[in-house]
Amino acid sequence: MTKSSFSNIQSEYLAIIDHNKCVRCKRCIQNCGWGTYSFGGDKIIADHSKCVACGRCYTYCPEGAISIIKNPTRIRENANWQENLVKNIWRQSETGGIVISGMGTTFKYKKYFDHILLDACQVTNPSIDPLREPMELRTFLGKKLSKLDMEIDEKGEPVLKTKMPPQIELQTPFVFGAMSYGSISLNAQKALALAARALGIVMNTGEGGLHDDLVPFGKNVIVQVASGRFGVHRDYLNSGIAVEIKIGQGAKPGIGGHLPGEKIGVDISKTRMIPVGTDAISPAPHHDIYSIEDLRQLIYAVKEATDYEKPVSVKVAAVHNIAAIVSGIVRAGADIVYIDGYTGGTGAAPNIVRDHVGIPIELALAQVDERLREEGIRNEASIIAAGSIRSSADAVKAIALGADAVAIGTAALIVMGCHVCGKCNTGNCSWGITTQRPELVRRLDPEVYGERLYNLISAWSHEIQEVLGAMGVNSIESLRGSRERLRGIELTDAELKALGIKHAGL
Amino acid sequence: MLKIKNRFNAERDISGCGLCGIINAKKVKTNGSDIKKAISVEHDRGNGLGGGFAVYGNYRDYAELYAFHIMYDNLPAKADVEEYLRKNFIIEKEEPIPIFRTSKIYDHPYLHRYFIKPKSDRQDKLFHELGDDDFVVNSVMLINQNYDGAYVFSSGKNMGAFKGVGYPEDIADFYKLEEIEGYMWTAHNRFPTNTPGWWGGAHPFTLLDWSIVHNGEISSYGINKRYLEMYKYNLALRTDTEVITYILDLLIRKHRLPVRIALTVLAPPFYQKIDKMDGDKKELFTALRQIYGSALLNGPFAIVFGYSNGMVAMNDRIKLRPLVAASSGDFTYVASEEAAIRAVCPSPDMIWSPKAGEPVMVEFEEKKVPQKGGLINL
Repeated sequence: MTKSSFSNIQSEYLAIIDHNKCVRCKRCIQNCGWGTYSFGGDKIIADHSKCVACGRCYTYCPEGAISIIKNPTRIRENANWQENLVKNIWRQSETGGIVISGMGTTFKYKKYFDHILLDACQVTNPSIDPLREPMELRTFLGKKLSKLDMEIDEKGEPVLKTKMPPQIELQTPFVFGAMSYGSISLNAQKALALAARALGIVMNTGEGGLHDDLVPFGKNVIVQVASGRFGVHRDYLNSGIAVEIKIGQGAKPGIGGHLPGEKIGVDISKTRMIPVGTDAISPAPHHDIYSIEDLRQLIYAVKEATDYEKPVSVKVAAVHNIAAIVSGIVRAGADIVYIDGYTGGTGAAPNIVRDHVGIPIELALAQVDERLREEGIRNEASIIAAGSIRSSADAVKAIALGADAVAIGTAALIVMGCHVCGKCNTGNCSWGITTQRPELVRRLDPEVYGERLYNLISAWSHEIQEVLGAMGVNSIESLRGSRERLRGIELTDAELKALGIKHAGL
Repeated sequence: MLKIKNRFNAERDISGCGLCGIINAKKVKTNGSDIKKAISVEHDRGNGLGGGFAVYGNYRDYAELYAFHIMYDNLPAKADVEEYLRKNFIIEKEEPIPIFRTSKIYDHPYLHRYFIKPKSDRQDKLFHELGDDDFVVNSVMLINQNYDGAYVFSSGKNMGAFKGVGYPEDIADFYKLEEIEGYMWTAHNRFPTNTPGWWGGAHPFTLLDWSIVHNGEISSYGINKRYLEMYKYNLALRTDTEVITYILDLLIRKHRLPVRIALTVLAPPFYQKIDKMDGDKKELFTALRQIYGSALLNGPFAIVFGYSNGMVAMNDRIKLRPLVAASSGDFTYVASEEAAIRAVCPSPDMIWSPKAGEPVMVEFEEKKVPQKGGLINL
């Protein structure tokens, strides 16, 4: 840690206390995970340099006495030498290190979802009222046969000849994205598990193993195998509904992960199967996967270990050549491909990677779906799209571009109080989400936030039903890949072509 | 190019419509006057921009040959197409389709028909081992896409489509349907919301022995089209109806699904119903939806679908378009409006409104009679 007194870097935020309102209850001192507040004998004192604007203090201040404001003292403006660049130079000159942050990129890249408009019925076909008619969102993830293989039995009844490969049944086309125990707290994982079970969807362990408390939620859990293989053993592979091989992550394509030793307490050590206090380092590549044929071997090793009863998902980051990569993954035997766009979240990533590597999920998804169709293998695997799905509208657009389901990561953490301060890597999360400090973890009640997660996904599902009804279809599969229902606005020809949609008005 | 192909750059053609179908299960033939009378009762369901008929059993003398009906915009197009046909097919007979010039139908394309079969040593054999049917499908798609000014609008055996721009009763006169006999007839009256004067856009839409007349708009067109493209269907016409024809071709001819199963792909039961089924059936229907979700026809439709074994009429899964069925002896009638049926069969033995997604199926010879609720016992 840099000593603030020796730093050129000004505090980003100011924690302003209205001492007329303050009753000196010291809740802010308790609540702040960052140590911003202390008691100065007769009043609360704030060390602004520690404030990250996580919002915990003013949310829990009973008197509304705290305001967090952007520090009005700014570095002098220069469109070329922007403030964050100057500050990073100072930071790095002080520490000699890589600048690391949590969450997705803060850069203002074009958000393609915001340039896509949806269709609705008028006159020639009727819209359908979701309050009065069934409106189906049920989604199955996994390899689908290309044709129904059936025969007629002696009674004249049709019977299935070939069994369908294993599927994950989702009651609504959402899954919770992979967030490991270690990167987030056990209570946060429990909230996700409770919600997933109630919603009939799934959560994902990330590369942190499966804590004993979550084993009963197996039917609603995808267990992940990543390059560090933490917590992976035979029972683990068989304890979930599916297994995911993680190759990459949208926020940090091409690099590994690092959970520092100070976060590896007894519980995490047990779950990850590594000694207490050791760093958990996930290598950049899987050292047994240096090419696509190696991936095939791992996919089938996992299938062997799970008796071909679980779909195998492969998670990759959206990078330039994503369509060809995914085609290879599908041909290697993956049942599900999880594509994570460049705005996806993370517990920690170097800024240079987080802010500059990868491509938008919208473009990646459109290209992947198109390629798999051209090759006639779209049925061989389901696609999960991820990388900052911020609303049900984003989800609808992703599905119409070709996704089978979307994954929710950051949005789920926001439910738990996250204010997207981007400091997950520090382990000081005041909301008890991305921390292992027991006094902070304790404040996150899994049942309370499990219910709120349930509410959010239910609300988004209702919104999708409304939109489906407006489009005159009563089943999500009639929207899936139906790009004819999308139009672009303020997009160039190249962008429209990459998305495979027409401009509005055409 | 203006008359027979879609002149607007619309992704698809949107239209509302009226439809009728008459079938005799014992293959007793009738001429075109009944179907004309029935569809003319539904005059107001169209706007004069498209009418057409399909008839089965009309080419008994050439029953083993593919009967190609082709529209031409100009004579060079005809020469080009005929060169292709001569290279790949044995042409047993060719002639202009007989027409009767009426004041109601003006400005029509040149209409010609060919009775042909693929040559056994056609050039194509150097590259594929396609069966005759597949080769015919490919040829139809090739001509429709690559030959400007030519459009194949009928390609089945012992059946034919007769269609054009105008009210169906006038189209019937134009093609002299009263002189044609068949054991199954379907008819269509079209109300397009764009593409006026487009001959190719009239119904029925046919491919091999399949013929479809369709009332409705397929709200899931976008994904249905992309699904078919994965199986190399070329949707040159950009109509909803084309999609239905190709889906049925894929399911019944290529995937060899029984017709009744193929129909449940178009309008599958809701999961709330599937969940209540017993083990095997539940598994089958779940698999059906998992595999063919992209072939589900969502949105309003009523279709009458004719094929060599019979006729099927059905609605979408929540019945957003009208469809009435009636039976009288060996005859079965379907129509958008009961009045159309009553016009030709004033007192049927039975008349009913089929339920949403529940097909009315009539097959030849096997002496099956339609029952209320269809023949399906699923």
